[in-house]
Amino acid sequence: MYTQALNSSDNDDRHVEDAARAAQFQARIDADERIEPNDWMPAAYRKTLTRQISQHAHSEIVGMLPEGNWITRAPTLRRKAALLAKVQDECGHGLYLYAAAETLGSSREELVDAMLAGKAKYSSIFNYPTLTWADIGTIGWLVDGAAIMNQIPLCRCSYGPYARAMIRVCKEESFHQRQGFEIMLTLCRGTEDQKAMAQNALDRWWWPVLMMFGPPDQVSQHSDTSTKWKIKRFSNDELRQKFVDATVPQAQFLGLTIPDLGMKQNANGNWEYSPIDWEEFKQVLAGNGPCNRERLAARRKAHDDGAWVREAAMAYAEKRKSRQMAQAAE
Amino acid sequence: MAVASIKVSETPLVLYTLRRADDALILGHRLSEWCGHAPMLEEDMALANMGLDLLGQARELYTYAAKVEGKDNDEDKFAYLRDVVQYRNLLLLEQPNGDFARTMVRQFFYAAFADLYWRAMMKSKDTTLAAVAAKSEKESAYHIRHSSEWIVRLGDGTEESHARTQSAIDDLWAYTGEMFAVDDSERGLIDAGIAIDPATLHPQWLKTVTSVVNEATLALPKNNWMQQGGRSGRHSEHLGHLLSELQSLQRSFPGATW
Amino acid sequence: MATPNIPLWEVFIRSRNGLAHKHVGSLHATDATLALQAARDIYTRRGEGLSIWVVPSNAITASDPTEKGMMFEPAESKIYRHPTFYDVPEEVGHM
Repeated sequence: MYTQALNSSDNDDRHVEDAARAAQFQARIDADERIEPNDWMPAAYRKTLTRQISQHAHSEIVGMLPEGNWITRAPTLRRKAALLAKVQDECGHGLYLYAAAETLGSSREELVDAMLAGKAKYSSIFNYPTLTWADIGTIGWLVDGAAIMNQIPLCRCSYGPYARAMIRVCKEESFHQRQGFEIMLTLCRGTEDQKAMAQNALDRWWWPVLMMFGPPDQVSQHSDTSTKWKIKRFSNDELRQKFVDATVPQAQFLGLTIPDLGMKQNANGNWEYSPIDWEEFKQVLAGNGPCNRERLAARRKAHDDGAWVREAAMAYAEKRKSRQMAQAAE
Repeated sequence: MAVASIKVSETPLVLYTLRRADDALILGHRLSEWCGHAPMLEEDMALANMGLDLLGQARELYTYAAKVEGKDNDEDKFAYLRDVVQYRNLLLLEQPNGDFARTMVRQFFYAAFADLYWRAMMKSKDTTLAAVAAKSEKESAYHIRHSSEWIVRLGDGTEESHARTQSAIDDLWAYTGEMFAVDDSERGLIDAGIAIDPATLHPQWLKTVTSVVNEATLALPKNNWMQQGGRSGRHSEHLGHLLSELQSLQRSFPGATW
Repeated sequence: MATPNIPLWEVFIRSRNGLAHKHVGSLHATDATLALQAARDIYTRRGEGLSIWVVPSNAITASDPTEKGMMFEPAESKIYRHPTFYDVPEEVGHM
């Protein structure tokens, strides 16, 4: 389950709303009430949420690919079952999230079509390749770890269906990070080759994982509205810092070196990390990451190859309906 | 530097158990290949569930085979350190996924057998096999339900889905006979009440398969020449590729724990 | 070409004996049988269910949230429907 702060603001849509209703809506949010699908909501709230939830859903589905890449090569049967179950969970989470997005008025098909057309974003992290088994451990440990930081506050998001989906997701996710950490621990306690494999994976994933939290607060334009609407409860940098502080001791426990030699702990106990290469982030989001093309191509292929199956099921349902009607008419 | 294959003392019970374990692993592996690529998310969930059921069956059976064999083999050594000719699964199950119709037909042919097989095996005098059977029967009962619903929809759906499903049936039919075959090694176990004679399941299997195929407006092939060989290690070319992927890590890192 | 829409279903699960079915989420399926199977595969992977209902989403009629006042507030003043409205001396014991 992955989300990423990718949204841009919708200032333009806001003025058209009736001011009194907007004030009433804001009062409900301020009172920590949950907004439900049929409730009145500002168009910009609907649009922001549709985009955020569908991006979140796309991320789950695209996120199946890098880990799915190792299901057939998992090194033990226990690991294989755990990985298959985990990737399947991500599919389930995508499904819950599409359903939550659909309550805002767009169909899953529309949302998926936008993603396949390259018009909707998904988390940048899944545009990096999984080269070794240690990447599976690292994804569980760091990517899921980062995702959990992002997702726990979303369980209290103001939009009811999203919050409920996130509660279910967070409950199911609890094994994912542990699964990844256990893989890393086994590698780090293993042979020299295995330990090198673990370090190599950490070296490659560390910076992309820090980017998952989104642009730094001073350039993130939309946080204000999202915070006001209680869609977002912590800033990108706050969550990133929380993640780094939680991760450093885990890396130390594993005996791995975080690939940021300038990193130091400040007087407050926070680990200060070096500047992040935001140009890389921008490029990956713009479609120029190492695997963007493969990821989209894989999703398009699954969609296109499955078209005749979906058509067949629809055709059968139609036939059955007309047969039943004919029977009833007799 | 590659890790060598293990030696297995294939006493009748070890061999018998390994054959069923290999069935479950190979089909489970095939289903896991779908993960992330199914025709709709709902089916991605279903295929993974069935794959996980089968992986679970494989693990229990391998563990039991290791116990019966009494050497230092275990589930992972059986799965990861035997070569193609040492694998004992049915040819049907190693056939590539192909399109969704082919995967469903393979699943349907096997589940229609497995459901009957495990139900009969619940009466095995071997209490471990009887316990595995009790669990597996419930799983395969769902697999047959799921796959037969799809066979009906694909067969009676569109012209394209009908053609694809019929071609899958035509191609896979020759692999179904092996499910009902018995060799000398199994004969003794059948006589001892540890195994059941699968030939006795054939009429019921054929009845189920025929009725679903008819409902789906499809037809079973007339040719009854059946391929054999998986049970004794004479496989199709597909299995080698499956195993080279499955076993790559275990084979390339001697002495590693994962 | 836009992908055609597959119907949406709402899923209700009874998780334990004696409990009512509770809404757990939705899914897409072309007919009721597939919807039921999908509900099982999606919403009961961790042994959450004893019974499943699937209902076509468009078969649900919902109250209008703008009529909340008319629909629900009148009930709030009927405090005599609640047991704590009535005084029973303590010596009578539990009632």
